[in-house]
Amino acid sequence: MSLTPSTPAPSSPPPPIRVSRAKVKSVTRTPPTFWERLFLPSILKGLGITFRRMFQKKITMQFPEERWAVQDNYRGAPVLVKDEEGRPKCVACSLCEYVCPPKAIYIVPAELEPGNTVERGPAVFNINMLRCIFCALCEEACPEEAIFMSKEFALWGETRAELIHDKETLYKLGGVRPDPIKKWSNK
Amino acid sequence: MSALASLASLTSLFAGSQASLTSPDFSEGFDLAWVLGRVGLVLLVVHVILILGALLVWAERRVSAWMQDRLGPNRVGPEGLLQPLADLGKFMFKEDVIPAHVNKAMYVLAPAIALVPAMVTFAVIPFMGHVSDAGERISWQIANLDLGVLYILAVAGLGVYGIALGGWASNSKYSLLGGVRASAQMISYELALGLAVVPVVLLTGTLQLGGIVDSQAQGTWFLFTQPVAFFIFLTASYAETNRLPFDMPESETELVAGYHTEYSSMKFALFFLAEYTNMTVSSALVVTLFLGGWTFFGLENLGPFMGLLIFAVKTLFLLFVYIWVRWTLPRFRYDQLMNLGWGWFLPLALLNIVLTAGQVALDLDWLMFVTPVVAVGLTLLAVRVRQNRDEAKDAAREQALAAGALVHPEAGR
Repeated sequence: MSLTPSTPAPSSPPPPIRVSRAKVKSVTRTPPTFWERLFLPSILKGLGITFRRMFQKKITMQFPEERWAVQDNYRGAPVLVKDEEGRPKCVACSLCEYVCPPKAIYIVPAELEPGNTVERGPAVFNINMLRCIFCALCEEACPEEAIFMSKEFALWGETRAELIHDKETLYKLGGVRPDPIKKWSNK
Repeated sequence: MSALASLASLTSLFAGSQASLTSPDFSEGFDLAWVLGRVGLVLLVVHVILILGALLVWAERRVSAWMQDRLGPNRVGPEGLLQPLADLGKFMFKEDVIPAHVNKAMYVLAPAIALVPAMVTFAVIPFMGHVSDAGERISWQIANLDLGVLYILAVAGLGVYGIALGGWASNSKYSLLGGVRASAQMISYELALGLAVVPVVLLTGTLQLGGIVDSQAQGTWFLFTQPVAFFIFLTASYAETNRLPFDMPESETELVAGYHTEYSSMKFALFFLAEYTNMTVSSALVVTLFLGGWTFFGLENLGPFMGLLIFAVKTLFLLFVYIWVRWTLPRFRYDQLMNLGWGWFLPLALLNIVLTAGQVALDLDWLMFVTPVVAVGLTLLAVRVRQNRDEAKDAAREQALAAGALVHPEAGR
């Protein structure tokens, strides 16, 4: 085993750098005219432009007061809705809880007072907005059209607990949605 | 109401006797009332300048926003006017970092050195005045110095020490570069600035700012009779206050923040305030020297507060121009800055002095209208001559290249 380093390959001259004449684009520099050399006319022109811009329409949207108009199919926070007479539509069937991919929904069903045409409703209905992925599968699964994706996109809270929307919050956010089924009056 | 009452008492202090306008004669005993009145006036003016500086920050942000189709800070108070207070609160509560590698004494001292000359300059600027029965315009200022113009030039030059020391004491390369740039820029433009005032002094024959205002009110504003001097003075004052297009010491894009890179909290705020105070003072100075000061074609006869209003409106307009120019023009390259200062402003200012001195020596009335025309004409001629020279140089280089000479493509540019 020889420790002598192998002799380097005989150095060949580097290949000449070829510059294709066709690819060289020569830029003609026009020397500045007298007017351009004064600079002041262009400075004044620039000042005019900035001055005019001061009075143009501003593009800033002042967020909490002004909001983006979202698309009709926008999927915001899921909410629970009530019918025209203010009665909750949810019957606590737990289908949304079952279908929810991130397991963001938690429902405790309860029996309503006897005599009602609707027998079941949720005692607890929590949606953890830290988990929700806004997929709208709950809305699709709901047989009673009780849960909808709202247009609300500005969700915030100072604690994690605030971002678990309970039943009251969900109904408040959802409001009223007219119901053609009228399950409370006709069974 | 009490503020108005104290203002009124200050008015009586000024208007009362001729003696109160100049230094009191202490040989007849110590005049405590005069001293207290003067101290009160100083406090008033200092506060006005400081508050104006804070409001200028707000104005700068709003105006720049408007020019960029934005709204700017409009949340704190009506139209965001209380934003300066919020900013002050932020500065107060920020950690006051003194890095371990700085020269502590100089580092702490520099912001104060930057701010104090800027504020002290205002002492001699006549911000209001009254017209005496004899028709003479008597200016009111904190200190009626006979050498007002010289005083301003001397004190304004001190301001750069704050920046240069701040840059040096920070012991960081960006800060040092900023400080060095500031001092080089100050040297270059102080000359042009001083020389631009000389024609005004030649024409009025006094260094007293009140006398300069009076002389303008009798004749015309020096803006019209000395346009070249006005332009040089205005531009040089932009360079002196380190504002765009001459904000080389700060140049965010190259030097992070220049001389105040290492500063935080109130020390940084002082540098900030110094810049805006410098703006206020130089605007007031331009108004006094070239735009008729607190007079406006006889409108000042309505009373001293009318004079104050006129002065304020003119100064605020120039401050707006400061902001306006900042958000319009890009920064100069350093060699362009030096070329402009030494290669254009200095010779032009000297030329203007020679012309004006000739006018004063000949003492012909109609020359007053000829001098500005000749000065502007000669300036244009100088631009033209230099253009010819550059074009000849370019042509010679082209010829040499065509003849096969090895000339660097940028040579002579």
